[in-house]
Amino acid sequence: MIQTLEPILREHPFFRGMEDQHIRLIAGCAKNVRFGAGEVIFREGDPADHFYLIREGLVSVQFVIPHDGLTTVLTVGGGEVLGWSWLFPPYRWHFDARAQQDTHALAFDGKCLRAKCDEDHDLGYDIYKRFIQIINDRLEATRLQLLDVYGTHA
Amino acid sequence: MAPMLEQTEVAAPGPVPDPMLPMPYRIQRVRQETDDTFTLEILPEDSSSRFSFAPGQFNMLYVFGVGEVPISISSNPANVPLLKHTTRVVGTVTKAMRKLKRGEVMGIRGPFGSHWPVEDAPGRDVVIVAGGIGLAPLRPALYRLMAEREKFRRIVLLYGTRTPDDMLYRRELEQWRGKFDLEIQVTVDRAASTWRGNVGVVTTMIGRAPFDPSNTLAMLCGPEIMMRFTVMELLKRGVAAERIYLSAERNMKCGIGFCGHCQYGPTFVCKDGPVFALPSISAILGKVEI
Repeated sequence: MIQTLEPILREHPFFRGMEDQHIRLIAGCAKNVRFGAGEVIFREGDPADHFYLIREGLVSVQFVIPHDGLTTVLTVGGGEVLGWSWLFPPYRWHFDARAQQDTHALAFDGKCLRAKCDEDHDLGYDIYKRFIQIINDRLEATRLQLLDVYGTHA
Repeated sequence: MAPMLEQTEVAAPGPVPDPMLPMPYRIQRVRQETDDTFTLEILPEDSSSRFSFAPGQFNMLYVFGVGEVPISISSNPANVPLLKHTTRVVGTVTKAMRKLKRGEVMGIRGPFGSHWPVEDAPGRDVVIVAGGIGLAPLRPALYRLMAEREKFRRIVLLYGTRTPDDMLYRRELEQWRGKFDLEIQVTVDRAASTWRGNVGVVTTMIGRAPFDPSNTLAMLCGPEIMMRFTVMELLKRGVAAERIYLSAERNMKCGIGFCGHCQYGPTFVCKDGPVFALPSISAILGKVEI
């Protein structure tokens, strides 16, 4: 028996409260994926054709700083979302992402989802609202990170 | 009804009879914790000392001929008269303090101030959010919680530091994690790719930490801005404001509410704090004028 991804989507915090008809629509763009510890999920500059709902595991968002090498600026764990570059032109990743641990996720085809959002603006509005909240939370956290609150002069 | 701790265990001890008179303590050990942070382990010269303290209280530490600074007690309340104080090298007194050696003597006044409400925690989830050196004043509360682990539900420690090298009490935290039913999540603001843990500010961990917000007591200590954002996340998650406690920091001098140096709105941090219930300071938290 083929099991659909709809129950998993409903349970994931990111889609909590989404209408059933929208869950059914987006489930068609999703698939289960698994990344082994150390595996690169995407690289800076690559086409951003997916985003990921992390179910279990931990993913590092990284970029290379000259002289410092590969630096992790954020980790994304179970219940969280990885990637929003699929929403905005030119649809390319701005960071690297690497699984820190064995990671289970749902991967969404960005092109498929954008098409469905264009067809159904109610769905599009819902999806964008959810991503805006994530972007807002990450921006707030990044500001705190930039403040270097634990520094000597904190 | 949630079981209560024995009353005799929770009363905040008062200071020595003359709170302005430093008592001599001899340094047993100076332990370097991180690049700029160290712990002094001290014992009273008076072997009959009956000094006791409650988690969250602080002492005034006097380096003779240099000056006095307020530092939270970071040791196990059950292990008195041995006291530990963890501090960062930031000013003249702490610089002089760092140069003290085993066997040298310093002055101690205290303990002063309010304490963490461990007595209200039995039967509840306990969430401890620490930032940087803010773990030091919370460590005595953790000792108390671990000593009576069965009285509490989930105990969650969320700890944020600047980098992995800035983590305090690393070995002890690892031991606790293995020995007790204690959920410890550490996050750092930045790390090399070799770090296998979380990266991001500690506030981001609150949304996914395993606790029941309707029955949680939260204790917070760290930079004030970190605590403000942590409060927002805890309230958003549904933790009641009256069960959120913060440790404030101001320029404490006398320790007994006389000099006014540590005035914080209508309160004195040395006497009414340093541990405050959120409702008692929420109106002034983050006010630039205060």
